[in-house]
Amino acid sequence: MAEELVPVYIMGKRYDVPPGLTIMKAMEYAGYRLVRGVGCRAGFCGACATVYRLAGDYRLRVGLACQTVVEPGMYLAQIPFYPAPRAQYDITQLQPTFGTLVSLYPELLRCLGCGTCTKVCPQELDVKDIMARAMRGDIAGVADKSFDCIMCGMCVSRCPAEEAQYNIFILARRLYGRYIAPRAQHLAKRVQEIEAGLYDQDIQRLKSLSNAELRQLYNTRDIEPE
Amino acid sequence: MEWDGKMGYPPEMRESIKKVEASRPARLHETFPMMSPQEKEEILRRFHPDYIASAFREIRIGPNKGDRTPHELADLLEGRPLIDPDKLDLEQVDYDTDVLVIGGGGAGSAAALLAREQGAKVIIATKLRHGDANTMMAQGGIQAADKENDSPAIHYLDVMGGGHFVNDPDLVEALVRDAPLVIQWLESLGCMFDKEPDGTLITIHGGGTSRKRMHSARDYSGAEIMRTLRDEVRSHPEDITVLEFSPAIELLMDDKGQVAGAVLQNLETGEHLVVRAKATIIATGGSGRLHYQGYPTTNHHGATGDGLVLAYRAGARLAFIDTMQYHPTGAAYPEQILGLLVTEKVRGLGAQVVNVDGEQFVFPRETRDVEASAIIRECVERGKGVRTPTGMVGVWLDSPMIDMIHGPGTIARALPAMVRQFGRFGIDITKEPMLVYPTLHYQNGGVAIRPDGFTGIPGLFVAGEASGGVHGRNRLMGNSLLDVVVFGRRAGRAAGQLAKEVRLGRLTLEHVRAWNQQLAQAGLLETAKPSPQVLPDYTRKIR
Repeated sequence: MAEELVPVYIMGKRYDVPPGLTIMKAMEYAGYRLVRGVGCRAGFCGACATVYRLAGDYRLRVGLACQTVVEPGMYLAQIPFYPAPRAQYDITQLQPTFGTLVSLYPELLRCLGCGTCTKVCPQELDVKDIMARAMRGDIAGVADKSFDCIMCGMCVSRCPAEEAQYNIFILARRLYGRYIAPRAQHLAKRVQEIEAGLYDQDIQRLKSLSNAELRQLYNTRDIEPE
Repeated sequence: MEWDGKMGYPPEMRESIKKVEASRPARLHETFPMMSPQEKEEILRRFHPDYIASAFREIRIGPNKGDRTPHELADLLEGRPLIDPDKLDLEQVDYDTDVLVIGGGGAGSAAALLAREQGAKVIIATKLRHGDANTMMAQGGIQAADKENDSPAIHYLDVMGGGHFVNDPDLVEALVRDAPLVIQWLESLGCMFDKEPDGTLITIHGGGTSRKRMHSARDYSGAEIMRTLRDEVRSHPEDITVLEFSPAIELLMDDKGQVAGAVLQNLETGEHLVVRAKATIIATGGSGRLHYQGYPTTNHHGATGDGLVLAYRAGARLAFIDTMQYHPTGAAYPEQILGLLVTEKVRGLGAQVVNVDGEQFVFPRETRDVEASAIIRECVERGKGVRTPTGMVGVWLDSPMIDMIHGPGTIARALPAMVRQFGRFGIDITKEPMLVYPTLHYQNGGVAIRPDGFTGIPGLFVAGEASGGVHGRNRLMGNSLLDVVVFGRRAGRAAGQLAKEVRLGRLTLEHVRAWNQQLAQAGLLETAKPSPQVLPDYTRKIR
């Protein structure tokens, strides 16, 4: 089935590509062998953030190249890397407080609340709101609301206050996971049991079984109901 | 997202969705029976891609000479080295370190952290960015027997059965025994596992589990583990140096027969770099980007099996390289996300697999090899698949059931990545099913290792998907994230300890010369494909 090609402009240069391709596949169709701006190809790694404009439209749009379909007249450029400061810390020496966030990232307080970050987030997170939570010291809120962040850096690239949002967010998530979320007591108990050798005998017994005996045991094992 | 006529399901597919919706109320109360052991063997033999003999051939040289593996991997294992041993000056050492970790995914990062704990200076060399790895893409979860009704021994039995009882028992023991320890380690690093308000870890079933032991972090489980490990690595820049866009293209050895680092190539400048290391860990992951049998893959861009090639040339033996995992539920529609992963967690939460007529045809939580074979049978032999406008065929994964079983909002909470991925193409998985077909997912085998990651070649360790043995012939869901952290830690610790004792001799590439001689003797030198492959090539062939 012959399809009409559509024009896209990769860093300003026109290429005609089949409609329906993702930006990433369109670049490969055009002849690019990608090293930068490509990672998981599935929307999880944040390597392929792309900015584009459509013909006749002033708006700057963003998308992940691996998840965004080309449109005729698209002018695009990938932002495979954008510098963002990361504070040095030892997670075991911190406290889960506003003071920790602001001492490691003093620029946090420069946030203007302009919402540009929210507009450019390809995960459609409300980045402005998450920053507001950070400024209130709501670490649990930052951790929860930023959870789907893929650290692509688009927010950083557009921020007039020069924030490193995604680095603040991962710090908050680690603080939450380590200090605020209640520890799993059953896990701690099981770890103690294992370290005391409580299960060694059971496993040795299974290891000593013949293949047929092991199969028999497996095929008749009880399965926890839904 | 605005409707533009291309988005969502076309009318032909909607006809089938109506049947799925019609049968849903009754199916909510139906459980399709699991297959008997005999039925499982039969369906694997008839429909699993591992049983298509023409897709495999014998390897002609090296430690696994005479063993079968897919053509694509055999070509690379029998490949021609990228560097000329007579031209590279090994006197000029660019980096000297205690431990070199090749690969910046979950296994490599865990290994680097544990080697550091042993006092080692570490270099992580990685092909793309730190964290560009299959670990980042794992969605469903990580297994560990930490509940009252579960035990490492029960986990052991599930792993052995899932792997068809040929797994290396010592490796399985290490896997299940370390599992709760690893979850606790990750928890202490700040990993946000899904928990009840009292801290109890939320666990569900996966294919082939007899207890609910699948821990998750929404459906970004691997991403959460990967970014936490990466952030922890970044917290120790004085001890761990990360070299990005610098894949290893050959191992280095010394004149005592020890592996002694690697030659890297800067992907942007082409420059070769010599890294001398007292111990070396290969953590390069899998090979889905070789597209065995033409399958699409869930794997990240750099998954080209380089570590297997490097280890093989240095004399390491590979295990279970005649079996690959095809994940039962790769996206079959829309075309833009063809072959990408639809997490097994969707079935773990209760979604059924149904055909074009809205009928169940398989228990939704068979082991992956069996589940995938049943889907292939339904489409290929029984002709009960759903055809897409581009000619793909698939079956329905009935996601809307999840909210009906567990309450509204469950899908949005537990599967945000899947909601987002399909939502981008106008499909609301809380209301509409997903079309799926098996996709190349995982390399069941790899370099044979001992429980501390040691390969038997002095100085060389392997961890994670690049290793082989722990999963036998089929890995269970949630045992790969576990594998990378368990064996990453073990290999890192062992390599860090070894580095304290090792005295390196003179660097050499004699093993590469010897390899070239073997190629020549077998008459393969002229035709051999350059390897490792490093990157896939998807560019349109232009003039």
